[in-house]
Amino acid sequence: MSWLDHRTGIETAIRNFLYEEIPASSGWHQVFGSIAVFLFLVQAFTGALLAFNYAPTPGDAYNSLRYILTEVTGGHLIRGLHHWGASMLIVVVVLHMTQVFLYGAYKRPREATWMVGVVLLLLTMAYGLTGYLLPWDNRAYWGTVVATQIASHIPLAGPYMSRLLGGEGAVGVVTFARFYGLHVLLLPPATALLIATHIYLVRKHGVAPVPGDEVKPRKKFYPRQAFTDTVAIFAAFMVLFVMAAAVRVPLERLADPTDTTYVPRPDWYFLFLFQTLKFFDGPLAVVGSVILPSLAVLALLLVPFVDRGQVMRVTRRTAAFGFVALALLGWTGLTVAAIATTPKPDNAVVIDYGAPTDWIGLSPQELAGIGYFRKENCASCHSLEGKAGVGPDLASVPIKKTAAWMIAHFKHPAAMVPGSSMPAIQLSDAQLNALAAFLLKLTPHNAEALANAPDFAVQAGLLYQTKNCGSCHQVNGVGMKIGPPLNGVARRRTKSWVAQHFANPEALSPGSFMPPYRFSQREMDNLVAYLFTLPD
Amino acid sequence: MPVAEQTEVTRRKLYIAMIYGLWSLIAAALSIPAAIYLLIPPKLRKMPEWVEAGDVSTIEPRVPVEMVFRQNRVDGWKIQSEKTTAWVVKLSDAQNAQVVAYSPQCTHLGCAYHWDENRNYFLCPCHTSIFDVDGAVVSGPAPRALDRYETKVENGKLLLGSLRQSKERA
Repeated sequence: MSWLDHRTGIETAIRNFLYEEIPASSGWHQVFGSIAVFLFLVQAFTGALLAFNYAPTPGDAYNSLRYILTEVTGGHLIRGLHHWGASMLIVVVVLHMTQVFLYGAYKRPREATWMVGVVLLLLTMAYGLTGYLLPWDNRAYWGTVVATQIASHIPLAGPYMSRLLGGEGAVGVVTFARFYGLHVLLLPPATALLIATHIYLVRKHGVAPVPGDEVKPRKKFYPRQAFTDTVAIFAAFMVLFVMAAAVRVPLERLADPTDTTYVPRPDWYFLFLFQTLKFFDGPLAVVGSVILPSLAVLALLLVPFVDRGQVMRVTRRTAAFGFVALALLGWTGLTVAAIATTPKPDNAVVIDYGAPTDWIGLSPQELAGIGYFRKENCASCHSLEGKAGVGPDLASVPIKKTAAWMIAHFKHPAAMVPGSSMPAIQLSDAQLNALAAFLLKLTPHNAEALANAPDFAVQAGLLYQTKNCGSCHQVNGVGMKIGPPLNGVARRRTKSWVAQHFANPEALSPGSFMPPYRFSQREMDNLVAYLFTLPD
Repeated sequence: MPVAEQTEVTRRKLYIAMIYGLWSLIAAALSIPAAIYLLIPPKLRKMPEWVEAGDVSTIEPRVPVEMVFRQNRVDGWKIQSEKTTAWVVKLSDAQNAQVVAYSPQCTHLGCAYHWDENRNYFLCPCHTSIFDVDGAVVSGPAPRALDRYETKVENGKLLLGSLRQSKERA
């Protein structure tokens, strides 16, 4: 016995843990519990990392998450791991539960293990509910408004629930603090304690055997089953890692309680509950929002007391399979219905504020310049992202040229730069002006962000430029003041008002001498979406 | 050893090797991004700007003046506008004498030092580091001369750029 073991007993404890005896039938179907514990630890780890760069108060929460996504190296990956890890944890916990259910592994004396498991499922969902608010973007805000409203409709307890969640009347700083406190202070130790209890109970009663196990020799957990669990955990982690790296989780715009066009939707795993709500109207609403879900939880808790017969082979548990199939069918049906009935917003442009948005500060002319830069395929020779190309890097090389020099160079490249192999650019003077204006704005700091400006804004800039909107209107301080400045139009008007106003200005603003404009649907969408992203 | 037993031993070894190998990969895939996330400084997307510290057209040569000004500092996800001081010295009485501005923190452990008018040196009260008017260390534990801001003078106004760390004392 080693020195350390003599003093702490740690090696003996680990050995006892690893050399646990398990039934001969144990195998691949029992990996889900291990994956769930592993994913919980990943959530704790990535959650702590996010907290290191996160300010838990509404406005700052959004700004600090933007900082994580746009400035901190690896921020997207860490946030992706935490976001997709949450979804994956739900999936794995449900798979774990389904396996236990199908095998009838909750039967006497394992009822308590099952019931602790049901509470753990509820805790997992509570993380999802509370974590949803923490980005404090529009999605977070509106999703939580609905959730707290549901809590306030619980019979008798409703008013107390909404007071507890700080949501009397509105979702604000108090609700935020409560959700954050639950998410990072109360739920994690509660979960850890229940996971420990759950594992203790599994150890106390042993892994549930199946008929036939009693005549076969028992085996050890290590190394065979430990290997099985490890491979499953690794596979799950690979999926999670690839999703975190490849699937961007967009950050929507800052929570806006005055936004009347937003269609709030919960995360995908709550959609079935959300859809259930819609079947009950008026005084019956509480049936869908509170009574049915509570009954479902109660039924889950009582499963081991209802199904009390002898343990049977899994292949003979037809009723259990039927029940799982029904549940799956019901869940899928409700989820699909919820997705199908989600109204498409009239403007499909979604801006990812998790990416740099330096383009919002440009003038429309400069945005149009990005359009010409793309149209003329300038990037095939001039990198904006610090890569070597045929021509000079227009951002990192400090080219201190005037707009006039650039325009002369665009028309006759070799005349200004002897020996230049650049072809002349066939654009009008106004278009070349826009291109030069954009190039003057480039710095090594903003080049990549500007190069990735979203297409709808660039198209809007081009349209704005060709229609000469700037000869009457001002955007970001550039343009004339004959008409009203367009910054802040989002606060003053709705999108549909602006769209109708383009078609017939006189009708909506009597006395206006703005000419009517006919735009295609695409042009209108781009332009209106752009005007509504302008800063106040 | 019988063949069956031998295969069993090899298989067991393979399981154990796989367990260690896969867990090492997971540990690496989590800890390397975490280290990058915490240790690599965030991208700065703001250009350093020149801030006006004060009027230097009338200051006496080789008499340090403490100038207080406001400066925007990028602090994580915020830009803080904060009060900053600099000790400003016109190095000679020539017409275009160089004007230098020292960071107000001692290079030893960051205490605020002050100009002792009677003895003509900068004295740090914490561990009695002493610097002369050129910022060089006279005595005490300070490892290097006072740090300087980049400076330029336009129309008698002193503009300060970024802070440059001075060289370690040989």
